[in-house]
Amino acid sequence: MSTGKSSLADERADAGTSDGKALLSLRGVTKRFGPVQALTRVDFDIPPGQVTALAGDNGAGKSVTIKTIAGLWEPDEGELLWEGKPVHLHGPRDAEALGITTIYQDLSLCENLDIVQNMFLGHELLRHRLLDEGSMELAAKKTLSELSVTTIRSIRQPVASLSGGQRQSVAVAKAVMSRAKLVILDEPTAALGVAQTRMVLSLIKRLAAQGVAVMVVSHNLNDVFEVADRIVILYLGRMVAQGPVSGFDATMVVENMTTGRSSRTAPAQPAESGKEA
Amino acid sequence: MADEGSFGTEVPSELQEPPLSTELAEDPTAAPESDIDVTAAAPEVLAESLGDYLKAWGRRIRAGESGALPIVAGLIVIIIFFQIERSRFDSAINLVNLLTQAAVYVLLGAAEIFALILSEIDLSVGWVLAVGGFAIAELVAPPVNFPWWLAILCGVGATAAIGYLQGSLITRLNVPSFVVTLAGLLAFEGVAIELATIDKSAVGGVMSVSTTSPIFKLVNSNISPGLSWIILVAVLAIFAALTLSRAARRRAQGLNAPPLSITLATIAVTAIGGIVLVYICNLNRGLLTPLKGVPWVVPFVGLVLVAYSILLGRTRVGRYLYAIGANPEAARRAGINVQRIRRLAFTLSAMTAGIAGLVYISFLGSISTDVDGGTYTLYGVAAAVIGGASLFGGRGKPIHALLGGLVIGIVFNGLALMGISAAGQYMATAIVLLVAAAVDALVRRRGAAG
Repeated sequence: MSTGKSSLADERADAGTSDGKALLSLRGVTKRFGPVQALTRVDFDIPPGQVTALAGDNGAGKSVTIKTIAGLWEPDEGELLWEGKPVHLHGPRDAEALGITTIYQDLSLCENLDIVQNMFLGHELLRHRLLDEGSMELAAKKTLSELSVTTIRSIRQPVASLSGGQRQSVAVAKAVMSRAKLVILDEPTAALGVAQTRMVLSLIKRLAAQGVAVMVVSHNLNDVFEVADRIVILYLGRMVAQGPVSGFDATMVVENMTTGRSSRTAPAQPAESGKEA
Repeated sequence: MADEGSFGTEVPSELQEPPLSTELAEDPTAAPESDIDVTAAAPEVLAESLGDYLKAWGRRIRAGESGALPIVAGLIVIIIFFQIERSRFDSAINLVNLLTQAAVYVLLGAAEIFALILSEIDLSVGWVLAVGGFAIAELVAPPVNFPWWLAILCGVGATAAIGYLQGSLITRLNVPSFVVTLAGLLAFEGVAIELATIDKSAVGGVMSVSTTSPIFKLVNSNISPGLSWIILVAVLAIFAALTLSRAARRRAQGLNAPPLSITLATIAVTAIGGIVLVYICNLNRGLLTPLKGVPWVVPFVGLVLVAYSILLGRTRVGRYLYAIGANPEAARRAGINVQRIRRLAFTLSAMTAGIAGLVYISFLGSISTDVDGGTYTLYGVAAAVIGGASLFGGRGKPIHALLGGLVIGIVFNGLALMGISAAGQYMATAIVLLVAAAVDALVRRRGAAG
């Protein structure tokens, strides 16, 4: 039988599907690299307070999509709507200014700095023009405890001594600290063991529960089903399916990822609308 | 609700809600980490009492995170060795000499640390030292006759500009620092020779500094014993007040602070060190006329190192230097202007070499085109690495330059007292450098394995 979690997630997923409530919407986004058509008229919504999984096989356009959202590349056609209004991102700083944070595997942290120093990197607090370590430590502690990151013994240890899962936790906490409204995680569990994967996934859920829009890019269907409220599937640069996670099962997702269509119908939609009515 | 449930069941059971996060602390994979946690954090972060503190220290050393300990141990071994071999080594005159001799190495090491933190290198410091030295010596002498402070300001400013130029070539043309500063090593030897040629008072390429100039007196005159003690007391009082108030502030904020016993022990050790230093310097070391007091260069170098420690440890610029040294991409993504910070690092490096040039001309009372700039560059790198800065970037503090510079000074001084030739001195320094670099690599390997 379904768990309490799925029904809650479905309700949240339904609430966010209407256009007006999406934090970020992609409308007809097309991106070419010379003769290569990387994205073709991609549409999807990222609602706040939910985890949206971006699934797709290698070469489906996942990286191009997140780099477009992160402001690294501008779309050739189509537009991005932020809270319903069109935005043009000319660089990563534009995306950051809006509140979009992208967490790449192993690229976000400096190993020689401690957790507090990493979380405030680029946004240090000052007191008499010197670094205010005390206030930063307090704020970092508060954020970590709000996210229930409990496995870290001291927040003054260098990141070099942390496990992969703990590093992801620190990267997520760093995003929260910067008041990100949309956090994109690129393969957050790719290099992690079972227990650490669980730790990171539950952290992602808590992040969404705080009202942050989360997009997780993943190959891993187990993770997708465990954490996502919504799924967006790309196939050869096109968006082939999107909707609440309850509208999919593993077979459908795999078929969509590998062939761009599914022989099975999406049984969730009528049921969901029936429930809403 | 029933409708919705029918699809929930299609999700395989292993995809269902995982155990809650409260159980995560007991994860089998998380358990071994607790060991690393303790060793990697600074002992003062976790320790609740003096005993805890010492235990944490022991764990850290076993894990390869020994900090400055090997170099301090090495320093003591070297001193004992020279003391046994040569009883004159610990005479007051020699110890004070040694401090003034090591000052140039310490400053060159500090210069190199700015580059090393970024995982770069500055090979030009030796000849930038000479350019700075010539500039100051010529500006303060006839026909220019600048006041001493203006000459220093201009000379050091010129070397800072040299550093900015090199930094710009590195960042804007994207040429490796090794190549740009190697070119600088050659170019600034040329500039130094040219400076000696155009100034007619530099007879035979030698530019002297008047013995009445404060520039000469920096190394060659002493703070009176009374004033030395007063300054020491003032410095210790400020240090104690800052340390205690910092701990009190952390406690007031509800953060972990080192136990009072450790804070007091730190202050006591610092005080003893300062008292010994001033006591030795205040012993009469004159042969015919009384000569006592701390040479001005000692607090001068101290001041430079304290300023650099604050810059690196307590400001955004310092934080960014370490961040870029470890992970430039992460620093860039954090919104740091990486290229600007890199230019600043090379500017600071060359500026510090200019300050070393000031101490150099003060020590010798002159500068000539025979300065061995290339060797001085390598002493700078050696001082930083021997002291504990990493050639792999992201690690290095001004204190490392102090320790490494002292080791080089002591080795030269001790071997010279033993009557060992220049050949032997070079080889001994080489061995010390190799041992230090091997320790660095070993620490890194153990750190990585942990």
